[in-house]
Amino acid sequence: MALLEVQNLKKYFPVKKGVLSRTIGFVRAVDRVSFSIDQGETLGLVGESGCGKTTVGRSILRLIEPTSGQVRFNGQDLLGLDREALRRVRASLQIIFQDPFSSLNPRMNVGQIIAEPIKNHLETSTAGIKERVAHLMEKVGLHPEQMSRYPHEFSGGQRQRIGIARALALNPLLIICDEPVSALDVSIQAQVINLLAQLQEQMNLSYLFIAHDLSVVEHISNRVAVMYLGNIVELANDQELYRNPLHPYTQALLSAVPIPDPEVQRKRIILQGDVPSPLNPPAGCAFHPRCHKRQDICLLQEPEFQVLGGDHWLACHLR
Amino acid sequence: MSASPAPLLAVQDLRTRFHTLEGIVNAVDGVDFDIHRGETVGLVGESGCGKTVTALSILQLLRCPPAEIQGRILFRGQNLLELDGEEIRKIRGQAISMIFQEPMTSLNPVLTIGDQISEGSRVHGGMTRQKAWRWAVEMLRRVQIPEPDARVREYPHKLSGGMRQRAMIAMALSCKPQLILADEPTTALDVTIQAQIMDLMLRLKEEIETAVVLITHDLGIIAEMASRVVVMYAGKVMEEAPVKELFKDPRHPYTRGLLGSIPVIGRKAQTGRRLHEIPGVVPSLLRMPQGCRFHPRCPEAIDICREQESSMVSLGEHRRVSCWLEAKNTGKEAPTRGQGGME
Repeated sequence: MALLEVQNLKKYFPVKKGVLSRTIGFVRAVDRVSFSIDQGETLGLVGESGCGKTTVGRSILRLIEPTSGQVRFNGQDLLGLDREALRRVRASLQIIFQDPFSSLNPRMNVGQIIAEPIKNHLETSTAGIKERVAHLMEKVGLHPEQMSRYPHEFSGGQRQRIGIARALALNPLLIICDEPVSALDVSIQAQVINLLAQLQEQMNLSYLFIAHDLSVVEHISNRVAVMYLGNIVELANDQELYRNPLHPYTQALLSAVPIPDPEVQRKRIILQGDVPSPLNPPAGCAFHPRCHKRQDICLLQEPEFQVLGGDHWLACHLR
Repeated sequence: MSASPAPLLAVQDLRTRFHTLEGIVNAVDGVDFDIHRGETVGLVGESGCGKTVTALSILQLLRCPPAEIQGRILFRGQNLLELDGEEIRKIRGQAISMIFQEPMTSLNPVLTIGDQISEGSRVHGGMTRQKAWRWAVEMLRRVQIPEPDARVREYPHKLSGGMRQRAMIAMALSCKPQLILADEPTTALDVTIQAQIMDLMLRLKEEIETAVVLITHDLGIIAEMASRVVVMYAGKVMEEAPVKELFKDPRHPYTRGLLGSIPVIGRKAQTGRRLHEIPGVVPSLLRMPQGCRFHPRCPEAIDICREQESSMVSLGEHRRVSCWLEAKNTGKEAPTRGQGGME
């Protein structure tokens, strides 16, 4: 059985207007998203800004309350849990945030930041906590002597390590990594990616790796899901998705990534226009106004997200 | 791309420093490079390496003090640093223009797109208001903004990020500059929009035959757009090479480190899951290491790297590297162009 199973997850944000705050519509940030993650596996979730990938991550943890759907984690239905039960589950379901500058409390020192989850969930002695914090800091490549320093004294890469140490504090099963390296310089990005890979091997962790950078996602993931306007349009294992992309959006997205090799010449699919507003998504397939392979049916009917065999999932009328 | 005709822009021993409360920060410390007519030169490096400050120094868009700019910036043979305020204003936006990274903050929110694009042609081209306005519409059409007649009257907040960057490009190109300084022009954009903008820039560059200094941290963009690359680290030039040579045969350990640390689609099978990493972090500009600035992070550092800064070693036309290993290998330690980084 999968460690995490998400089925038909929806999150609609109401849009309010006027003195009485009447709801005049909904932003369909996430619209019927389904996927699963096995123990020890990394699922990459890619898409452009505004496609709903961050909302998916936060809805799973119920940092945002989803509108409807099912999230089963380690056999439990998370959406039915009360506060206390949810708090306990969150010990094994952690998150690393994108911005290492705003996700660490500037008034707490590093020791306190990493000790916080331990104090909350495990009752240990002060000495025991300190020892554990030191161990965690070593594990993520920080010096335990820096325990009494404050976040502003660290560089972006080091702060991200602090965030990782905090997420690891309770030996989680799954970590939701929300753009963990996109704020970092390339040389530091490589350090953090290697650290995440190494920790995964050591602790048999699972990751939901949310990012917009397709090369980073390919590098770290076992399977990859592509999102567009609140929906997953394609999901397959990394090799399959990158070598044999079937959705026109995936094809365009992959062709748009600049390849750091001046000898490579390739044909680029240039998508016209911008991503439409999720407040008023196009009828039929949400991608049809920008699709270079559009047919009549795409304007009328929303394609089903279905498996083609070999665990390759696709939402497109062309197949 | 021969070096024989005089370069359009020659930056010589540029030193830009800032007087701060914590001390003097040498953001750019002895940088030289040439740009020839019509070519695209990439300026690559990580944050804090001085690439943006270099561009801002060229157009003198820095407030002095706290900034202090030294060296020579020869544009068509004229040293821009010797011009007074009025004279440099005639160059800005006309002969040299700039595309900024953040289209959100670099457009004026209280002026319409049309006002902002037409300003250049009114001030520099002496066009009448109406003529400049019609030209602005034409520019919007050239950067492929749909319904340019309507868009020209809109304010920046009504446009998406990609559209704003197109408007910014229209503004930069409106006076047909000979040189464009593009500072991370696509970094804030999504990858499909980035592809649109890169495609547009390549086409327009051909049309108006302008030279481009492309500042970016993204080696993928460099590979696709630049013909020559200057690699910077901690305020200094580490290596310069034609783009194909740089990617095929990087000579500086820092360049090799950078190229190794980026994941490339389709290469996981060969390289494995571990990326090459450059240990440590970029040094603080307030506390520069002695000797070569890269030596604390360099896997190949030898004794002399810790003591003395390497001079620039010329390896051919537009091919140079500042590294002791290379100086030892070639046996020639001739400093090129000025004193490229000697104390």
